Amino acid sequence: MATQVLDVKGLNCPLPILRAKKALKDMPTGATLQVLATDPGAVKDFEAFCRATGNALLESTVEGKVYSFVIKRAG
Amino acid sequence: MPDDVKVNTKRMSMIVTKGTLDWAYPPFILATTAAAMGLDVTMFFTFYGLTLLKKKLDLEISTLGNPAMKMPMMGVHMVMPNLMSAMPGVDAMATTMMKNLIKRKGVASIEELRAAAVEADVKMIACQMTMDLFEYTMADMIEGPVVGGAATYIETATKSDINLFI
Repeated sequence: MATQVLDVKGLNCPLPILRAKKALKDMPTGATLQVLATDPGAVKDFEAFCRATGNALLESTVEGKVYSFVIKRAG
Repeated sequence: MPDDVKVNTKRMSMIVTKGTLDWAYPPFILATTAAAMGLDVTMFFTFYGLTLLKKKLDLEISTLGNPAMKMPMMGVHMVMPNLMSAMPGVDAMATTMMKNLIKRKGVASIEELRAAAVEADVKMIACQMTMDLFEYTMADMIEGPVVGGAATYIETATKSDINLFI
C-alpha cells in the first residue's frame, strides 16, 4: 500500500501533531503516513505522540531543514 | 464518548482564567495536543477565560504589565515599555504585530485551535457565576459548552490525572 504523505512544513506546534492525528484517524490499520515538517520540536513530539497512542514510529530522519517521520497506524 | 477512549484513558482538566491573545494559546494547545494523544480533556472557562468561548473572537494583547514581552522587531528583541500602553493605539498596534508574527511563523490561529478542540470532543464548561457577573449569555458563545459551577469542576478534577490552572 502506498504511504500517504502529509506536508506540514512551515507549520508550528501543535499543528504537525494535530494534522497527523487527523490524517491517521481516516487511515486503515497498518497503513503508513509520512509527515514532512520543519518544526524542530516535532522530533520529540512525534516520539511522545506515538508512545502515547500506540502508533509505531518507523522512521525519524532529517534532510537539511526538513524532518521526515514515518508512522504506522495501529489498530 | 470518542471511539478511541479506553478504560485506562488518562484525563486532564484545566481552569482557563485569562482572555488575552497570548494567554489563549496555552489552554488550547495543551487541550488539542492532549486530545490528539488520547486523553479525555475538560476545560473550565471562568472570568476572562470566558471571552475565549465567544462566537466572534476579538482577542488582544497589552504592553502593560508585560515586562517579559520583548518582540522580535527589526532584527533585535525590542522591549515594550509599560508607559507606551497609555498612548492611544499602542495596544492595538501590539495586537496587530502579534497577529502578523503568528501568521508569519506558521502558528495556528486561536480560531483554528478552538475548532480543533471542539472537533476532538474536548469538554468545555462555562462558569455560571462569572457568566452572570459579566452578563454574558450562552447565546454569545459558540455551540458546545455547557454551564457549570465550582462543584462541577471539582468533581472532574478529582477524576483527572492532570489538573491545570492557566
